[in-house]
Amino acid sequence: MLGPNGAGKTTSIGLMLGLRQPTAGRARLFGLPPTDRRARSRCGVMLQESGTTSVLTVREIVDLFRAYYPAPLPAERAIAMAGLAEQARARIGTLSGGQRQRLYFALAICGDPDVLFLDEPTVGMDVEARRAFVSSVQALAAAGKTIVFTTHYLREAEELARRIVVIDRGRVIADASPQELKGAVPGKKITLVTARPLAREALAGLPVSVLDVTGTRASLLSNEPAAVLRELFRRGVDVADLEVTGADLEEAFLALTRRGEAGA
Amino acid sequence: MSGDARTEAPAATRWPVAPLGRMLLAQSCSEIRTRWRIPAFSVTIVALPVLFFTFFGLPYVGQTLPNGTNLGAYLVASFAAYSVGSVMVFGFGIGVATERGLKVDVLMRATPLPPLIAILAKVINALAYALLSLVVLIVYAVIVGGVRQDLAVWLDMVVRLLAGSVPFIALGFAIGYTCGPNVAPAAANLVYLPLSFASGLFLPVSQLPGFVRAVAPYLPAYHYGQLAWSAVGAASEPMPVALAWLAGYTAVFLAIAFRAYRREESRKFG
Repeated sequence: MLGPNGAGKTTSIGLMLGLRQPTAGRARLFGLPPTDRRARSRCGVMLQESGTTSVLTVREIVDLFRAYYPAPLPAERAIAMAGLAEQARARIGTLSGGQRQRLYFALAICGDPDVLFLDEPTVGMDVEARRAFVSSVQALAAAGKTIVFTTHYLREAEELARRIVVIDRGRVIADASPQELKGAVPGKKITLVTARPLAREALAGLPVSVLDVTGTRASLLSNEPAAVLRELFRRGVDVADLEVTGADLEEAFLALTRRGEAGA
Repeated sequence: MSGDARTEAPAATRWPVAPLGRMLLAQSCSEIRTRWRIPAFSVTIVALPVLFFTFFGLPYVGQTLPNGTNLGAYLVASFAAYSVGSVMVFGFGIGVATERGLKVDVLMRATPLPPLIAILAKVINALAYALLSLVVLIVYAVIVGGVRQDLAVWLDMVVRLLAGSVPFIALGFAIGYTCGPNVAPAAANLVYLPLSFASGLFLPVSQLPGFVRAVAPYLPAYHYGQLAWSAVGAASEPMPVALAWLAGYTAVFLAIAFRAYRREESRKFG
């Protein structure tokens, strides 16, 4: 689940887990209400903004969470998969932010759940931790687990997901495979400075979404920057300066959102 | 693939859940261990009643009340009631407020742990510390203070106090859900200390200033004290009256706690 900050990712996870009540419609997990203990026994959860008591050790709290589940993983295995083997005897209060994030991952997987819900799992992880996390998630997926996770990094979604749901302001604006999504999201950003103020008509019919045109400066998003530039030159637009860069996600979202509004 | 296997399994094995007993055991042990590692709680809970008894009780151990009860035994009963009440009010009040502050509750809510088991584990934890504090106080009073009572009397007192502690658990929850983690310790002190003073847990009610003496019979700790005093034959009201007052206060405190809990639920998880 991919979306900018404030898109409704955490809220969606909360609804799926029965932590929040929907104002309309209903959420079901395995056909059961998400608050049902039978459903929860098959879920592992990693939430943003949750905490644990700080005086227990890593091993102790993993053992506690294992007791909640019918057929948990061995504690050593869950701790090792989260990359915390060296900190197993450390108190939670002494862990760094990244280690704490790994602890929450260990707590999510220790019950050997069929479905994992991970809300922004890589926030606060360093490069090393993130790499270990990615390989653990891939191993779990290969073992047949379903993993639902949220992120605001397109790269992360592409790397890990088989299906990406893009949401913005509480609405689904795309639901596709990473390949399909890549085609739908404009990948390049063209920044132009023209000699004379650019008329909007000069851009008519081009495969671009306009981010901003003010006076002689224009920012455009497109998947075919070469074709766009060729057409602009053919139309006699006098380009003084030009830059083509990879579009960042915020900009790509903006393009997707605007299309959603146009379609609606 | 494990998912497929489970879908085809017979209904009985399709939805395995962990046994509640195992959850309760693990949760209780974890609560007790957590509290043990917070000396601000564990040391205070055990040391304060002994200290108070030393200052307010030891000087009077040899004296006898008009009805023949040994004053030492009466004061042990008073501080025993103070001690159990404080474990409940401070344990639940500060404990619940701290967990809310750390957002422990957010993650716990998403696990298969039923909320009732979580609460039950907290009660077991609190009863364990209350028992510990009672045992230390009574052993101290017997050995250092030379207070003599039959073992059956002490046991009777312990059982009455533990069983009757419910209104203070409710008061703890009320404080824990209405106060933030920084306010809760002060709130618990401000509520519980004057309450136990005015209820005659430090000095017998007859020694208190007139207006306090007038208020005392309306306070929960006064009626809770009756449970302990009755064990040493010094209760000043019949047990059914004391129990009725305690039940009434339980209902009031639970209502406050529940309202605060609901308000937070709708704010946090609306």
